[in-house]
Amino acid sequence: MMELVQHILHLPITWLLATLLAYRVALLVHRRAGNSAWLHPVAVATLLLVSLLLLTDVDYATYFEGGAYIHILLGPATVALAVPLYHQLARLKRDWLALLGGALIGSLAAIAIAMTSAAVLGASEATVISMAVKSVTMPIAIGLTEKLGGVVSLTSALVMLTGILGGALTQPLLALMRIRDVHIAGFTLGVVAHGIGTARAIQGGQEMGAFAGLAMGLAGLMTAILLPLGLRLAGFL
Amino acid sequence: MIEGLIKLLAFQLAGEAIVFLLGVPIPGAVIGMALLFFYLVIRGSEDAALDTFTESFLRHLSLLFIPAAVGIVAHLDRIAEEWLAIAVALVVSTAVAIISTAVSLKLLSR
Repeated sequence: MMELVQHILHLPITWLLATLLAYRVALLVHRRAGNSAWLHPVAVATLLLVSLLLLTDVDYATYFEGGAYIHILLGPATVALAVPLYHQLARLKRDWLALLGGALIGSLAAIAIAMTSAAVLGASEATVISMAVKSVTMPIAIGLTEKLGGVVSLTSALVMLTGILGGALTQPLLALMRIRDVHIAGFTLGVVAHGIGTARAIQGGQEMGAFAGLAMGLAGLMTAILLPLGLRLAGFL
Repeated sequence: MIEGLIKLLAFQLAGEAIVFLLGVPIPGAVIGMALLFFYLVIRGSEDAALDTFTESFLRHLSLLFIPAAVGIVAHLDRIAEEWLAIAVALVVSTAVAIISTAVSLKLLSR
């Protein structure tokens, strides 16, 4: 019996199935909690799977033999982000200066503050690099971290936490600043909190969701192209 | 559906090739995304096969993040050691990013 359990725990298909099940359960929890910004499905599913791995004493490499089948789809998913971006072409043509400027300044601020504050507080270099990409949409952040020598799993946890934090903080902070424009709110959610922010913005209407999606695409693209070149110039690479 | 997936993978592959030739540390998929965007702009219309596939594909984008996020299990010591730096950097940079994005967008769009 123990042998059977050990055999099953080391099959890739077990962890593929476990990942899908954990996602399914996490979606249910998220819905039951009234789509709460704090109980994001990725956070809940990750927590479930991490607990399961610790309980069964299975290491991450074994888990990833199954998880890799899902992970590899991040590449085509990144490419697919061009489609919603194209749907915003008319808007992009009309307000290109403000949109590019907003995405660039917001992304630079997030990167600069995250890297310096982590470094000042004594984080290791790998953590500082993982911090740099955390505001960007997950598929781009993971691809970038692999290229830049950060810690991929740390990055994905940070991206997730940033999304949750940005999704929860954006609207209260904008209200404090007396900014009530839905376009600005949606765009800020997309720059700061990528896909999680976009999902949040869609709850505020199609228009807000569209701006968030556009912002996520622009910020991700600009960060992916400028950050490696910037880090290289700054002597990190 | 298969046609949509083939197109996405082909654009990613083209992106990977360009990144390799240029020797720049940019993810191939990001260049693939830019190439697909320009393909759609030049084409001047939506690509029905691609639209149908990407819509259902991106609906479950969150699922694709999970295997990487679970990797945190291998870094619990690092988190235990650096949690303060990580938490402060996360909260401060997120707040500053929210303010600077909103203000710059407001100023730039008159």
